Amino acid sequence: MSLNNIFAISGSAMSAQTIRLNTVASNIANVDSVASSVDETYRARKPVFAEMMEESMRERGWRDVSDDDLQSGVGVQVAGIVESDAPLQPRYEPDHPMSNEEGYVFYPNVNPVEEMADMMSASRSFQTNVEVMNSAKSMMQKMLSLGQS
Amino acid sequence: MAITFQQAFAGHDETLKFRSARASVLANNIANADTPHYKARDITFDSMLQSEVKCLDLAGNDDQHIDGSSTFGSDDALLYRNPSQPSLDGNTVDMQREQAEFAQNTLQFDTSFLFLDRKVSGMRKALTGGQ
Repeated sequence: MSLNNIFAISGSAMSAQTIRLNTVASNIANVDSVASSVDETYRARKPVFAEMMEESMRERGWRDVSDDDLQSGVGVQVAGIVESDAPLQPRYEPDHPMSNEEGYVFYPNVNPVEEMADMMSASRSFQTNVEVMNSAKSMMQKMLSLGQS
Repeated sequence: MAITFQQAFAGHDETLKFRSARASVLANNIANADTPHYKARDITFDSMLQSEVKCLDLAGNDDQHIDGSSTFGSDDALLYRNPSQPSLDGNTVDMQREQAEFAQNTLQFDTSFLFLDRKVSGMRKALTGGQ
């Protein structure tokens, strides 16, 4: 029954969007995490989404996720989390306790506006997937009541 | 007159199978709405019919007979959507469209289910004499 797939598909999307929300939270929380050198400074993190195919699902311990040979994808996965290469913001603050010899501190390359937009997109996608799951649930409940009326 | 389930259900059981398969394809589109380079997919009743037709193999008793099913691929049933507008990351999922299709598909599922349910209750009525 393909309806069982929907729970796995929407569930994978919800977990992926949660990871996205987590990275957004981490980025916003660290927006003022200064450091005295380029290497130590926090960099904005972004998850990379990739379509989950049946094989990768099986590798993760799922079995018989679909019984039709449609070769369809079975959800979304987070392929990895990358750090942004955008330039850091050096600021001349000689009085700052973290400033280096030249009086500079480095601020992370987090763009708060971008992060807020990302956060809204992630929470909307999460909601949509919850609704999809709800629809699938009511479809399955209907199937159980076949012939009872 | 012999009544079989196959005849009585008039294909609505197959329709339910198709509707639930389509629901999972659409759910996968919605799940991958933020995946770069993901191409939205869909199945149509026609493409499902095509993949059923390919199952009707021609009988062959000679090596030189051409296999009737060889012209169809294995994933003919799954098609790609024509994107309505380009996006920077190559993703072709139109969220509104997918949600509308999903809602419509759910309603069509409910319709087929209602037909099936009425068929079953009709059969029960015939068996019990309406008691």
